[in-house]
Amino acid sequence: MLDGTDIVYAYDGTFEGLMCCVFESYECKEIPCLIRPPSVQQTIFDTSKWIETDSQKADRVYNSIPVRISSEAQELVKLGFLTCEENKELLIFRFLRLGFKVGGKVMTMLTDEAVCSLQKAVRHLTSESHKYKGFIRFSVFGEALVAVIEPKNYVLPLLSAHFCDRYNGEKFMIYDKTHSVALIYQSNRAELIGVEGLTLPNVDSMEAKYRLLWKQFYNTIAIEGRTNPRCRMTLMPKRYWNQMTELDNTNTLVNFKLTETNKTIANDISKTADKTVRYQIQGKQVP
Amino acid sequence: MYIVKVVIVRGSIIIDIFDKLTILSDSAKYDVACTSSGIDRKGKSGSLGSAAKAGICHSFSADGRCISLLKVLMTNVCVFDCKYCINRESNDTPRAAFTPQELAELTINFYRRNYIEGLFLSSGVIKNPNYTAEQMIKALELLRNVYHFNGYIHVKAIPGADSELITRLGLLADRMSINIELPSQESLRLLAPNKTKESILRPMGLISNKIQENRTDLVKYRHASRFVPAGQSTQLIVGATPDTDHTILTLTEGLYKKYGLKRVFFSAYMPVVENSLLPAIDTKPPLIREHRLYQADWLLRFYGFEAKELLDARNPNFNLQVDPKCNWALNNMDKFPVEINRASHEMLLRVPGIGVISAQRIITARRNGTLDFASLKKLGVVLKRAQYFITCQGKIMEGLKITSDSTIRTLMSDQYKLPSYQEQLSLFDEPFITRKDVQQCLTGQI
Repeated sequence: MLDGTDIVYAYDGTFEGLMCCVFESYECKEIPCLIRPPSVQQTIFDTSKWIETDSQKADRVYNSIPVRISSEAQELVKLGFLTCEENKELLIFRFLRLGFKVGGKVMTMLTDEAVCSLQKAVRHLTSESHKYKGFIRFSVFGEALVAVIEPKNYVLPLLSAHFCDRYNGEKFMIYDKTHSVALIYQSNRAELIGVEGLTLPNVDSMEAKYRLLWKQFYNTIAIEGRTNPRCRMTLMPKRYWNQMTELDNTNTLVNFKLTETNKTIANDISKTADKTVRYQIQGKQVP
Repeated sequence: MYIVKVVIVRGSIIIDIFDKLTILSDSAKYDVACTSSGIDRKGKSGSLGSAAKAGICHSFSADGRCISLLKVLMTNVCVFDCKYCINRESNDTPRAAFTPQELAELTINFYRRNYIEGLFLSSGVIKNPNYTAEQMIKALELLRNVYHFNGYIHVKAIPGADSELITRLGLLADRMSINIELPSQESLRLLAPNKTKESILRPMGLISNKIQENRTDLVKYRHASRFVPAGQSTQLIVGATPDTDHTILTLTEGLYKKYGLKRVFFSAYMPVVENSLLPAIDTKPPLIREHRLYQADWLLRFYGFEAKELLDARNPNFNLQVDPKCNWALNNMDKFPVEINRASHEMLLRVPGIGVISAQRIITARRNGTLDFASLKKLGVVLKRAQYFITCQGKIMEGLKITSDSTIRTLMSDQYKLPSYQEQLSLFDEPFITRKDVQQCLTGQI
């Protein structure tokens, strides 16, 4: 049904905007072959149709999903919009067109291209968000906890409930470098705000001490005779390592505000700890 | 160990806790029964932490194993002399002990930084089992009641401690475990003279009864304290004694059925000590055997298999070249091929290449129309394996050639992922499926 059209929709990149694209398609009885967010450059050949975002139209589409399809479908569409899938707009669009046609059954049509791809994209999102529940590393600055992440998908909305519940008495911030957004939580309120760049102050001696202790624990707990770098890489891909204290080899630990004597000790230990990491990666025993 | 040396020479307060953490995590590392799963618990205002049912891995160590909990011993001082254990009394190794305060601060500070999901606390037996259990209770009470820690705690029950103390530990922890370590009484007698089958199984039974009792209490009184809400687990050492896989797997099945255990863990024996009763110090840990046992454990828990279907007295050990499910399928070729569009859920689960999730997806998807091989691929079925055992609308997969070489190579594929351990194979007799067998099975049936 989708071949043979050359209509391109351009929208403002918001979820509401995308819902309006669905509205437009029903109103004008046409099927676009591409739905373009502002971030994608227009090619010289496509003459795209700008779809204005109208929250009334968006609500009509969005609210009809649980009624005419199912609430699971609504959830899937919402999550689908957070994925990093290149064609997420078109996938969501096709999924909804099919859903409005066949009803709740669409959720069981696992072999349909649109359903299958959308669910796969959402699985990628949820599995990445689950990984971050474990891999996020906070540093303590004064009273606040700060973490930096570089996810492929927009995972912050999914992480919010988990961390706000777990650290309900704390103040914390999780900064998403990829999407330039931060989740900020304090006095029982969470907010997502746009943040352009973030410079963190030097860590204090307490923070430095616990980083070292954690690195030490990490290096000690591995059993030398079972070293298996490939297995580790599969379960914890390298792209996560940058922000993980225990795998941080770029000696950030030198910048401590420690007293002179303690500083030398800290450096010595951190060198030793780094050496341990390197040796274990190559599958050799620590000397 | 190198790091410890650096630390001891300098001597100061930072260094002290460093030293202890190193010694006490180093002596805890061989304990593999360390997961954070089994309970969902929301955060509480005024406390730190929560628990997630599926468990959360916070990191993976260089050996590829999940790090979820701060796994340490309260102390590695031990009056027992279990021959296989690195902490046995007669071993010359540095000893240390955490104070409850140190342990609580370490846990809280690691937890706040999201390094860990909680604490895994075990201990060597200091003075006597009761004294040890009391020390552990002190530490956990401090953590729960003074530091208001609401995260996950897994605690080891000390064999030989009074049941009253075990009960108190169980009310502070989420999961409790007692390691069986050696799968037969004979092995225990030889290698762990201070432990008996009774001293291990009695507390295990006690915990299992308490969990049961607590469930009825919770129904009666909403505010009854929860006893070991995430259940109990245990660990068996594989390869330290001549016990067969059949013994181990039957024991495992019994533990799930009789004691309602949540998990049984297997630990390939890593020779840490020289002893005439144990494998030589340069013996490689039987990692593939451990892997096969875990695969079989999954088959018991999620795939509806029974131990006696997988192994028997004639074939007491797993084939190291073919995984247990393929092995079962090859020995039961009369049940195959199965028709994807009609097979029952139980039968789908028994097809190599179809897992719990893809079996569920097949059931869901086939309600909307017949499935072919292309759609199976979309559902996540591993056709490379499944192709030999299934038909779609009565047809086998197009272009499928059943030659003995390609078949066995495909079904053995995971052996090729672990080439460095091939030398293990020489320990065992001929694999009990030969190429000829496979060819006969397959060509005779499909």
